Amino acid sequence: MASELPLTAIAAPTRGAAGRTGLWRTERPVIDYSKCIKCLLCWLYCPEGAVLRREDGGVEIDYDYCKGCGVCANECPAKAITMVEEGVG
Amino acid sequence: MARAVLSGNEAVALGVKLARVQVVAAYPITPQTTIVEKIAEYVDRGELKARFITVESEHSAMAACIGAAAGGARAFTATSSQGLLYMSEMVFWAGGARLPIVMAVVNRSVAPPWSIWCDHNDAFSQRDAGWIQLWAESAQEAMDMVIQAYRVAEDERVLLPVMVNLDGFLLSHAYEPVDVPEQALVDRFLPEKTPAPYWVDPSNPKSYGTIAAPDTYMEFRYKMQTAMDNAARIIEEVDEEWGKLTGRRYGGLIERYRSEDAEVGLILAGSWAGDAKEAADALRKKGLKVGVIRLRATRPFPAERLAEAVEGMDAVAVVDRSLSPGLPSVLAAEVKAALYDRSRRPFVASFIAGLGGRDVTPLDFAYIVESTLKNLKEGRSGTEWLGLR
Repeated sequence: MASELPLTAIAAPTRGAAGRTGLWRTERPVIDYSKCIKCLLCWLYCPEGAVLRREDGGVEIDYDYCKGCGVCANECPAKAITMVEEGVG
Repeated sequence: MARAVLSGNEAVALGVKLARVQVVAAYPITPQTTIVEKIAEYVDRGELKARFITVESEHSAMAACIGAAAGGARAFTATSSQGLLYMSEMVFWAGGARLPIVMAVVNRSVAPPWSIWCDHNDAFSQRDAGWIQLWAESAQEAMDMVIQAYRVAEDERVLLPVMVNLDGFLLSHAYEPVDVPEQALVDRFLPEKTPAPYWVDPSNPKSYGTIAAPDTYMEFRYKMQTAMDNAARIIEEVDEEWGKLTGRRYGGLIERYRSEDAEVGLILAGSWAGDAKEAADALRKKGLKVGVIRLRATRPFPAERLAEAVEGMDAVAVVDRSLSPGLPSVLAAEVKAALYDRSRRPFVASFIAGLGGRDVTPLDFAYIVESTLKNLKEGRSGTEWLGLR
């Protein structure tokens, strides 16, 4: 086993190498598209790259990897993102 | 070969220049400062083609060396005491990341109470960091050791960082004649660094220092131990080869001085080995067969070599310039552990001495031998604090 490993912990970058981290979430960000002004601040601030840009210039949340930290909801100047408890809404 | 009069620190700096180090990142601290001052001069004058990075702390100094080494460069830093402690998180990182960095540690006591003088506690605080720890006795050896250290560190069977320890002031600021090898000789001994296969390569991006879950962490640590086991052999090979090229062979993991027929042995590391040897010579003139075992390496710990060297002795005294409060001597504990499985082993006396730069003279070593023999006769073990007031 030891002989099959590199000398130190090195990994090639892959999508979601640590698994679907969206499972860690207790609250999910929900976007109210009627309020979204497409400023992309949520996309810029998301520490996980879990805010995806859409072709129409807007955004959507990648719930497979969003950990529910709420940074996007906090930064949104249009108050278009609400944190909703998982399993409730 | 030219002869120069150099301080221990200047000898280290010259070793760095001869080793063609490519990145130096350091923060000044007494008594290390003159090493990096000298290197800065070399870089400024274009004598050493290296990037000199001035950093805001020792933590950053080691972080910069880690980046440089991961990028494939030959990296160097130097520090002492509080600086080493502040650097500690990154010291462990360099070990685990298996980066062949060389660092000179100019040994100084740890505060409080505030003290700038010689003591080995700083280096011993990092003994489990995965660094090879070497100890120089003279300015000549300090220079040679820096050059040897890169050969050991960069060996593919090792790939671990190396700490070259030299005593603060007693060695760092004492001037001695030093034989300086030709650059061509050093270039033959230490070829240009070739990056190992896992080095940072922007065209093949990788994540370094990623998480290792419980299913692999132990295996990575096991590899560090294997590398240390290999290093024990490589340190000896490299010393042998350096000896053939320069005529200076130090003994590998340990130096044995008049130990072959000795009844009593002094076991220690660092510059005060010179005083111990002088005491051994004087005591031999009086008919007492005394030898000195100087530890050139404490990681890997030379258990085998040590056990061989003391096999025929009646008693040994381990003289430790470091305190592990509550033990109290790491060095004595490790020597005893190395001898425990041996059917023939000498009585081991333990001394704490010279803390915070308190002077220890050849007369003190003569006393240590006398006290050891007394303890042997009376069957008394324990640790004696030399000259405690």
